[in-house]
Amino acid sequence: MAVHHGRGFACINYPIGMNLGGDPSQALVHSTPDGKFMVTLSSIDLGQGMKSVTRQIASETLGVPVEDVYVDTADSDTGPHCMGSFASRGTHRVGNAVIRAATEARQQLLEAAAEELEVSAADLDTDGAGNIHVKGAPGRSITVADTAIAAQFKQGRTLSGRGIFLIPPSEADPDTGEMTPVSCFAHAALVVDLEVDDETGVVEVKEINSAYEVGRALNPKLVEQQLIGGAWMGVSHALYETTEPYYPDREHGPQDFNHYLMPGPAEVVTHNIAVLERPAEDAPYGGKGPGEMCANPVLPAIANAVYNAVGVRCDTLPITPEKILRGLRENGGAKPQGRR
Amino acid sequence: MTTIEFRKDLFADERVDDLKQIGKPTVRQDILGHVTGRSPYYDDHLFDGLLHMRCVRSPHHHARIRSIDTSAAERMPGVRRIVMPSDVPHNINTLLSLINFGRDDEPLLSHTKVSYRGEPVCAVIADTERQARAAIAAVRVDWEVLPHVLDVEEALEPDAPVVNEEYPNNTFDYHERYDHQKLRFGDIGAGFAQADRVIEGRYQMSPIEQAPLETCGAIAAPETNDRFVCYTSTQALFFSLGTTAKLLDIASSRLHFVGGTVGGGFGGKVDSIVEPMATLGAVLTGRPVKFMWDRPEEMQVGAPRGGERWYIKDGVMNDGRIVARSFTGFFDCGAYTRLSSYAIIKATGHLPGPYTIPNVASNVYCVYTNRTPATAMRGFGITGVDFAIESHMDKVAEAVGMDPVELRILNAYRDGDMKAHRRLAKNTALIECCQVAADKAGWRIGPQFAAASSLSDGGGDRALIGETVTDQEGRIGERRQRRIPFAPSERGTGRIAAGTAGEAVSAARPQRDDMQPEPERIGHKVSAADPERPAQPAAPPAPAAPPPQAPQPAQATPPPVYEPQAPAEPPAPQSPPPAQPEPYRPSEPFQRGVKRPGASRFISGTRRR
Amino acid sequence: MEKTALNFTLNGAETGVFVDAGANLLDVLRRGVGDQTPKYGCGQGSCGACSVLIDGELHLSCLTLAETVAGKSVETTAGLAGGPELHALQKAFIDGFAAQCGYCTPGMLMAARALLDSNPNPSRDDVAEAISGNICRCTGYEPIIDAILAAASGSGRRFG
Repeated sequence: MAVHHGRGFACINYPIGMNLGGDPSQALVHSTPDGKFMVTLSSIDLGQGMKSVTRQIASETLGVPVEDVYVDTADSDTGPHCMGSFASRGTHRVGNAVIRAATEARQQLLEAAAEELEVSAADLDTDGAGNIHVKGAPGRSITVADTAIAAQFKQGRTLSGRGIFLIPPSEADPDTGEMTPVSCFAHAALVVDLEVDDETGVVEVKEINSAYEVGRALNPKLVEQQLIGGAWMGVSHALYETTEPYYPDREHGPQDFNHYLMPGPAEVVTHNIAVLERPAEDAPYGGKGPGEMCANPVLPAIANAVYNAVGVRCDTLPITPEKILRGLRENGGAKPQGRR
Repeated sequence: MTTIEFRKDLFADERVDDLKQIGKPTVRQDILGHVTGRSPYYDDHLFDGLLHMRCVRSPHHHARIRSIDTSAAERMPGVRRIVMPSDVPHNINTLLSLINFGRDDEPLLSHTKVSYRGEPVCAVIADTERQARAAIAAVRVDWEVLPHVLDVEEALEPDAPVVNEEYPNNTFDYHERYDHQKLRFGDIGAGFAQADRVIEGRYQMSPIEQAPLETCGAIAAPETNDRFVCYTSTQALFFSLGTTAKLLDIASSRLHFVGGTVGGGFGGKVDSIVEPMATLGAVLTGRPVKFMWDRPEEMQVGAPRGGERWYIKDGVMNDGRIVARSFTGFFDCGAYTRLSSYAIIKATGHLPGPYTIPNVASNVYCVYTNRTPATAMRGFGITGVDFAIESHMDKVAEAVGMDPVELRILNAYRDGDMKAHRRLAKNTALIECCQVAADKAGWRIGPQFAAASSLSDGGGDRALIGETVTDQEGRIGERRQRRIPFAPSERGTGRIAAGTAGEAVSAARPQRDDMQPEPERIGHKVSAADPERPAQPAAPPAPAAPPPQAPQPAQATPPPVYEPQAPAEPPAPQSPPPAQPEPYRPSEPFQRGVKRPGASRFISGTRRR
Repeated sequence: MEKTALNFTLNGAETGVFVDAGANLLDVLRRGVGDQTPKYGCGQGSCGACSVLIDGELHLSCLTLAETVAGKSVETTAGLAGGPELHALQKAFIDGFAAQCGYCTPGMLMAARALLDSNPNPSRDDVAEAISGNICRCTGYEPIIDAILAAASGSGRRFG
């Protein structure tokens, strides 16, 4: 009886956005009297950071500090339509809608400032710190706040913008499956190191080394949150989770967290992450949603590592001690496949 | 413990990195609410006189309802209203009817039969949750138990019980023609004949509960002006609003939905069941009504990620090239369609995984069984088949005696390759991910694999579509008459000429020009010599990044990098044509501050905790 | 149903409320008193989202009979910050990006506070043990453990 080390690899890509399009999202942006900006959405923050990432996108696009932007969501009376937070579509679709709305609002901001500074709007730029200045002449400037006040109380202009992003709906061909599924893909690869106890069948994941390509890390800490939490969920899916332990049998289904198992805080796995950023052409600032894809490669990498450790192929998830022990018995014991 | 580094050196020539807000680790907008416990989840909205709703659920997998006796329940203390199927104005829906996909097949409350254990048949609204629980226990239902089917392949036997009368063959109808979605690319029969070996596998993805810590729920209440407000945990506000309007046959303008702050979703909160139930309760009682799943309901009645069964057959050359790959997939969608039929299209578009394989075919079935309907979960349509593909890749590597990472890189898709759904690959980065992950783990790969790049050696012959073999097998209803194979035909009856492909669909243009930012302002470095962008003519509507512009001038300011910051060299002027970047060589162990040949100064973001 | 008067101290303030016989403390706090910071996650004592302190000890409010807190001191996340200044744990959770959906956060903070009150210098294992009754579906726990350790060591940056 022994503990065997195993190493497994898997790599994946992941489609970003609802398949076949037809899933619009809209955004409205408007200025308060003194030049703060409200972004109004009906998009959902499930914890993935929708409110935060759209706030950064709006402030970057407007050219104002992030503190001067607030995202209000989701009230169907005020927020324009959004298809929802699923299919890794939030960052891509809503982000693009926010870019468009903020671009239109920015244009109006610059036009109002141009009137005050008596220059052409095309000659103006923002400094991202709350000022608008003539390109090449930072001394000739006006604050965003003064511009907003002038626009709304002197010039009679709104500083607002509307945005919608839609990939028009298309179909899959019945005979060939030809389609335009999505417009960009995220990527990941990872190596899992684990140990299998051939006496108990218990698997302990020791280390993960990974590379995730996310287009652009719009907020590196939010990306990090997703990648750590996603890898945890991947381990959980691979080794523990099922609503029907003897699927397709319906019996023995867990009713609570005492029977629906997941790794706990004492089972945190060492995870060395590299983030790659290859911006996608039609994604907001190139960013692809990392939230869904990050769990996916963990499942097969663990299955492959278990095989590498003891020679048992678990092609049915989850990889429970029971399945490993049955596999070991069938094989006449552990058959380590060699160090990688 | 976690370490994280941002490999700014890779693909640096495609990014503008001197953005002011994007790329910054800005604190979450919602975090102060979270740490003070004041973030307003749906259940945190207080109402005077709030009523509680609970459902009577089926104890059987499949049964006809002879009668429902609610007389005892009606007399229980605190009971305000029994909600029967006949109280639902339009008691039939399918979630995707909002985008016109599939037929209405699911009642809100079942009135004739139940098709899964836990299916609701009526509900009780009472002053307290405890009273509602006591009352549902007093409802008597006379069941006529029917034979049931739980296994996807058994459900496709000619004599299997009919789970869902709207789809009497136990499969979703695709394109009004087939009982599955097909993918056909090239000629798998010829591919298998050409292959040195054929490797087969069967993979079973388990059903998985999303398990958000906040269970699904909604509180609805009459508002002024003859409207109803609904506070909800939904992941899709207008999906839930539209579904409620349809089931309740009420103008959507009379519904006011509020959400957006949700205690985790992971896919399980798209289904829009709690919202119409709570709103119906508010309509029937004129009072605020809460309908919230408890944890056992969330675990066993709330739709899970469905079980998926995949069969993969690969034709492989001895040098590791995969020349043909065939899939047979079964999505266990449970008793009603929800989103499974759509996920199958997503899965089909994903095949054969991130690899360039000249001959690919798949048949994927959306199968009705007598279990809880399946729905979305993190990675929906993809997680299960990725488990199958990547487990299978390991078997292929073993069979041909090749390193698993090298096998992936050998077969990886690259920019300019044709995918099986007949669109060119772009913006690929699988190879770089493989190289970086292997290097981090100290997994050594051969020099030619370490030197490979997503940017080179794609396209050419790999952009071609071979003559494609088609077949007409699996027409709707055929399996009720006789057993026919599930797997894609390897002979076929039709031929589609080589090179046949349509146009890609891209985003609708902004309504006005001033909604279109310049590409540099949204982070894209565009270069005339970029192999990708000139291939995108301005003719069809351009996506968010418009046609190529002048090369990006040198930036004086260093690009912002995530901590710790290393002084960065200003990027070299992009004089066309830019030198082909030297491939990154991950076989060299990299360290902070190492200058990599051909790459920008390596900036390590590694941070140890 | 007959109601019973229940008096206790909630976050230092004297509180009185009428409760149904058999009502659990979570319902009474959330609906009776209006303190929404403890959350319902399972109602079975297996997720920890409803954690509160009763006379300084960590308890699951969903499994606590409300009447048993008569005359006792109950503390929730609503009372964690002393006035406008946040508690060190709250600051550390903000700085450490230790919450995503935020639903488990109030319970985590209560479990962490109970730990630090009794053991101001916990090891990583102590922290893992202390929050082992609290489920988080989003973060993978590591940022939460790090944040609690940062708060304990006083390295949590001041907020604002």
